[in-house]
Amino acid sequence: MSGARRGTTDDPLWARFGLIAIVTAFVGFMLVLPLVAVFAQALAKGVQGSLAALADPDALSAIRLTLVTAAIAVPVNTLIGVCAAWAIAKHDFPAKSVLISLIDLPFSVSPVVAGLAYVLVFGLQGWFGRWLDAHRIKIVFAAPGIVLATVFVTFPFVARELIPLMQAQGRDEEEAAVSLGADGLTTFLRVTAPNIRWGLLYGVLLCNARAMGEFGAVSVVSGHVRGLTDTMPLQVEILYNDYDMVGAFSVAALLCLLAVATLVLKTALERLQPQLSDPIALQKTRLRA
Amino acid sequence: MTSPTPVATSVTLEGVHKQFGRFAALNGVSLEIAAGELLALLGPSGSGKTTLLRIIAGLEFPDRGEVRFGDQAVTFAHAAERGVGFVFQQYALFKHMTVAKNVAFGLDVKKGPDRPDAKARATRVDELLKLVELDGLGDRYPSQLSGGQRQRVALARALAVAPRILLLDEPFGALDATVRKTLRRELRRLHDATGLTTVFVTHDQEEALDLADRIALLNGGRIEQVGAPATVMDRPASAFVAGFVGQSNALTGEVRGGVFTYLGATLPATDLLDGPATAFVRPDQLAPATVDETGFPVRLQRATPRGPLLWLDAVTPQGQPIELAVARGGAAQLEQGADLRLTIRDAHLFAAG
Repeated sequence: MSGARRGTTDDPLWARFGLIAIVTAFVGFMLVLPLVAVFAQALAKGVQGSLAALADPDALSAIRLTLVTAAIAVPVNTLIGVCAAWAIAKHDFPAKSVLISLIDLPFSVSPVVAGLAYVLVFGLQGWFGRWLDAHRIKIVFAAPGIVLATVFVTFPFVARELIPLMQAQGRDEEEAAVSLGADGLTTFLRVTAPNIRWGLLYGVLLCNARAMGEFGAVSVVSGHVRGLTDTMPLQVEILYNDYDMVGAFSVAALLCLLAVATLVLKTALERLQPQLSDPIALQKTRLRA
Repeated sequence: MTSPTPVATSVTLEGVHKQFGRFAALNGVSLEIAAGELLALLGPSGSGKTTLLRIIAGLEFPDRGEVRFGDQAVTFAHAAERGVGFVFQQYALFKHMTVAKNVAFGLDVKKGPDRPDAKARATRVDELLKLVELDGLGDRYPSQLSGGQRQRVALARALAVAPRILLLDEPFGALDATVRKTLRRELRRLHDATGLTTVFVTHDQEEALDLADRIALLNGGRIEQVGAPATVMDRPASAFVAGFVGQSNALTGEVRGGVFTYLGATLPATDLLDGPATAFVRPDQLAPATVDETGFPVRLQRATPRGPLLWLDAVTPQGQPIELAVARGGAAQLEQGADLRLTIRDAHLFAAG
């Protein structure tokens, strides 16, 4: 692309600068400024103060719970998401459109409602409450409930990413593999998986970002037992309400860093992708290596 | 060649029905395909020809009816177990694999003692690439190939597993005209070299007439006629076949007392009952009428010389376009705007309706 040449779709100069100015101002004011504020507040007592706040046992426990929750929710939703996308994109069955709509439900329903629903189903007064209590299984107000709520909220990411991709790719390559004698698993591993890997990775990253950041649904089922059932977002709120600004913003800053790391990884992968899927570039890379 | 020699097998379809929702794609199709035969499934889109091919391949299963390879019933056998090579319309090459990997796929996924060792697989791939004249391109990716080359890779990949039957879905549909002609010859050569039973689907009658030993004509999920190209051309079994094969003019007129009449032109029609009828007249079966011949009036619109023939576009007073071909030279009065009468030398007559 040459910057000097003017195409027919180019807007006049004032419009171009106006647009860029508006968007930059908006992004700066609404996104960058708050982010800077979070880090400024976290570092108000220096790096030492911030690290000390993170070393607090309750904070450490919240970090651990958040990581464990993501470590369970993301693989579960990846597996189920791939299954759902496979079923929807490669097979025809009645009520398929209903299933597609249902997959979107966690996006459209308020997370608080999702949390409440789990309390109603698994809580002491809920449908399975008596049975669970009799068997000494704690779901609500314990880690399992937090994991369940997170799974619910983050379910659509992988499936949503894969369904259009797999639908666009059609069934031809899979049918070719089968007619050449490949069984189902071989077909998936050697034909389908390489075709969807980038979409899958993208979905997993988004799913992970949301799993670590979810507040609403988790807040309802957590019960806020300090050092036990608090995740990082919940811990931020607790510390904030305790007027522990350095503590609250240190945990918040760590959450931000995790999110930023996810986005950086995503962008890096996107840049890598055309190279990797372009065989000529790939060969060149191999030759250089 | 060290490759396993494929044994061609016959294919029998009996009363095959297939329904997609409310749409009946196949309506009781029965067909015998001889071992080693090259058969074309010809028909307009929606005639069920691709569905029939996919049922032979095991990519689709019939609602009723039977499919046999030789004496072996395979109606519901899984595609992977049929020993069928399938070439898809858009080739369906594995985009992320090299040409060699694509061709080797069928061998790579074999299990246990059936799986040739790495060296044998590589030899086989080389042989196949040579067979389709792509030697040296094994390291390329599908995206680096032309349409014709992709088609050859798809063929080599299908042949790698030494199938008993080779099935091709619109094999030349996505190619331009010159490549199409070359690849048509190529397919004939491959068929003769391998001796496989080969079935291909096409909507292009020229392709079917040019390439196939026999043609099965499909329309609305039924077989209208099965026969050698010359038979289908010269003795169409139905009005549909007469209209679909060859560039016939369809002239609808009237039969009275064993004589067909169309705007004054007559033709003997001894085996038709009185009533409306359609004559399918090929361009070379029409000619300017002499004084003592019957004829129908047309006005000439265009004359295009093509080789030894002059192709004429004409139109009847009713506005029906007519196409005819006459020998060039000695036809001085055949110029644009001329009014003349055409006589019907011969035609395929079918009762209308």
